Amino acid sequence: MSAIDNVSRRQFLGGAFTTGAFVLAARVLPESVWAQEAGFRTRAESAALSPSIYLGIQPDGTVFIVTHRSEMGTGIRTSLPMVAADELDADWSRVTIEQGIGDARYGDQNTDGSRSIRDFYEAFRRAGASARTMLVGAAAAQWNVPAAECVAQNHEIVHQGSGRRLGYGALVPAAARLAVPRPETLQFKPKTAWRLVGKETAIYDQSDIITGKAQFGMDVFREGMVYASIEHPPVLGGKVRGYDDKAALAVRGVKQTVPIDPFEPPYQFKPLGGVAVIADNTWAAFQGRKRLKIDWEDGAHASFESEAFKQQMLQTVRQPGQVARNVGNVDAEFTKGGKILEAVYYTPMAAHAAMEPPAALAEYRDGKVTVWAPTQNPQAVQDTVAAAVGVDKKDVTCHVTLLGGGFGRKSKPDYAAEAAVLSKKLGKPVKVVWTREDDIRFDYYHTTAAVYHKAAVDGRGRPTAWLQRSVFPPIAAMFDPKARHGLSIELDMGLSDLPFDVPNIRAENGAAEAHVRIGWFRAVANNYHAFAAHSFADEMAHAAGRDPLEFLLDLLGPGKVLDLKAQGVEYSNYGAPYDKYPIDTRRLRRVLEVAGERSGWGKRKSGNGWGLGIAAHRSFNTYVASVVEVEVDARGQLRIPRVDQIVDAGTIVNPDRVRAQLEGAAVMAAGLARTGEITAANGRIRQSNFNDFQVARMNDAPYQTNVHFVESDNPPTGVGEPGVPTVLASLGNAIFAATGKRVRELPLSRQKLI
Amino acid sequence: MVNFKVNGTDRSFDGDPDMPLLWYLRDEARLTGTRFGCGAGLCGACTVHLDGQAVRSCQTPMRTIQNRRVITIEGLSADGRHPVQRAWASLNVAQCGYCQVGQIMQAASLLQRTPNPSDQDIDRAMAGNICRCGTYQRIRAAIKMAAKEQA
Repeated sequence: MSAIDNVSRRQFLGGAFTTGAFVLAARVLPESVWAQEAGFRTRAESAALSPSIYLGIQPDGTVFIVTHRSEMGTGIRTSLPMVAADELDADWSRVTIEQGIGDARYGDQNTDGSRSIRDFYEAFRRAGASARTMLVGAAAAQWNVPAAECVAQNHEIVHQGSGRRLGYGALVPAAARLAVPRPETLQFKPKTAWRLVGKETAIYDQSDIITGKAQFGMDVFREGMVYASIEHPPVLGGKVRGYDDKAALAVRGVKQTVPIDPFEPPYQFKPLGGVAVIADNTWAAFQGRKRLKIDWEDGAHASFESEAFKQQMLQTVRQPGQVARNVGNVDAEFTKGGKILEAVYYTPMAAHAAMEPPAALAEYRDGKVTVWAPTQNPQAVQDTVAAAVGVDKKDVTCHVTLLGGGFGRKSKPDYAAEAAVLSKKLGKPVKVVWTREDDIRFDYYHTTAAVYHKAAVDGRGRPTAWLQRSVFPPIAAMFDPKARHGLSIELDMGLSDLPFDVPNIRAENGAAEAHVRIGWFRAVANNYHAFAAHSFADEMAHAAGRDPLEFLLDLLGPGKVLDLKAQGVEYSNYGAPYDKYPIDTRRLRRVLEVAGERSGWGKRKSGNGWGLGIAAHRSFNTYVASVVEVEVDARGQLRIPRVDQIVDAGTIVNPDRVRAQLEGAAVMAAGLARTGEITAANGRIRQSNFNDFQVARMNDAPYQTNVHFVESDNPPTGVGEPGVPTVLASLGNAIFAATGKRVRELPLSRQKLI
Repeated sequence: MVNFKVNGTDRSFDGDPDMPLLWYLRDEARLTGTRFGCGAGLCGACTVHLDGQAVRSCQTPMRTIQNRRVITIEGLSADGRHPVQRAWASLNVAQCGYCQVGQIMQAASLLQRTPNPSDQDIDRAMAGNICRCGTYQRIRAAIKMAAKEQA
């Protein structure tokens, strides 16, 4: 059964992604596969010396480095150029960073899946090393000495024997006449010579950010543009039967209204349809919208009730599902009459709620579209806009602004397609601005999930058989409305890759239908899978009266590289090759051991409203352990004085930004656990703004998060997402330690902790 | 016609008097450093100073600012070197940066009234400013650093 299910699931994976839009697990394209006429050249590409599409040098010595990944707060716009600049031995103050447009020549640009550094570290190293090699070659020729006697030193080539030196700029004309070295001939700097990689480096945009000059998508302006605000169907797939816009048109500043075609499944990233109000400022557009009278035809999803749906999932999760992994025979073990533990966990839907609501500006002219958007995926903007307005992808230019947060939402460019559709209809540049209410009500939601765990345990409380089964409306439903099961990319996030050393393991996935748009949210399926699995591990430890950290180390065993393939699992591994990025449980052990040393674990007895919780999880090829400290007072009020995040992400490029990601992940996880809940009635989302979809604020966020690195020479992996899942689980475990109350459902705001 | 000052410059406005100051600043004056986050006074991204007080510009109708002085991030300091801005830079507070202008304006106002704020003072003053990236602990540290520098 398991093999057949695996095959069908993976065939489906292929079919679902033929649009090429959803590439969470896609492999990176090689550099320069096919040229694209974008009519736009970066200064790096136009520079006198340009050995790579990512890097160019001008005769004045200015180094241009292109970041083709989107900046949404991770610091990637700075970190990737650091890699190239270090390998070039450039003076960082003479580096100018440019943002790449959507262009397939860069390879993948979907900035999600915590893989920008993992997948492009080598490409940026090569860019820097190529330029350095050419500069060395030019200097050696000029001095008539062997290249081996010349070294790069902070923007100069130095001849070691004579001490002669020439600046990079002066060497550019001669270097540009040399052939670009073949990648396999490049020599890279030894780690001991790194000057930027591994050093705390301020983000490139910092000064613009703190002076208000930074340009987000919301800030783009074009001469002659108009502003649009769109009333979307309140129920997914709803249609406009008719509307009355008299009152809207009476609003000062409102110019006209424009209906947008209803959208048909599959939903993908298409515009939602509805009625746009066009005005000469944003406020007027918002006011006009409030005065529209629209007669909606809701459609089938109007029957969606999230509470009833939850009850249905809680039933489904107790029934057998599709098998994703099967080791040994859990059923035989369960019937032996030993001690059995079981638990069901539930997490609700959540909204991304990035601080910048979706916004985009598009200008359609003569069959060509130019878009400025805060997007995580400019190539998906090209695809989606091209399909929406009926032009070729090559006729869509997408400029990527800074993103006011993304978290996965801004990989889906429905809002950019809306701007393009309206610009084509109106013949002028259109800026679409979503309100916060639009953002909360029309998100691609972090899916709700129910997860069932069952274990047979031996005399020491160690599991001899472990079954886990999850049920959730899958992301695949956006691409195939009939989809009911998770894709491998979702199941391989904490379900099929349970790392513990247990002889009998089965992982299953049950069916659920999507009634709203579902999308990937920071850490995706790891959040509900890890919350459940690592809460259950903690339950097992306590059931056996054992220390949770000691128990986890015992569960992991001595540590090894897991061979999931031998167990029939075609593990997607976040799109990374398994031999280079295997699941190595020794690294999980190590982050747990460091967690024990650095967090004060075991120094103080939990209970009486104080406690520590611990969990460790590998996601996005990165190993994280978290220890959360909680205080619960007599009224059940929760405080989180401290979080320790221990991370093994291989080679670290910018330690300060890694720390920042892990700090922020702790805050986001705490907010999600406390109050993160989206519900629906009559197919309509009930929340609307930060009053009823509450996120962490300074006064209820973890007071202090300490981030500790495990030193590693392993290849670099991502850090944007893996800090979230372990905090969800260790927070629940800490609450149990403090109060004896086990958290099996989120959000915490729906339950009493005392 | 409403007359007022923005960052020391005389301005006037004869549009919809109910328009919030936020949208005047962003769409009319094109001072886009002041951000739109919620439109409901819930997130603080649009914080500016009105006669020296931090206010939510999305909740400040144009008709209420007659003869009043507005300071936005563009006018907080001539060179981006207000003590709060310097502290933000030295602690690398920003991640995506979208909310940080509102955080900085709120923090500058806090320090004007409370030069040496306690953790509780900081919580009270800053709880209305959301940062979805979760930079709160650095914001708190930066406020304390700026306070020390101003002392």
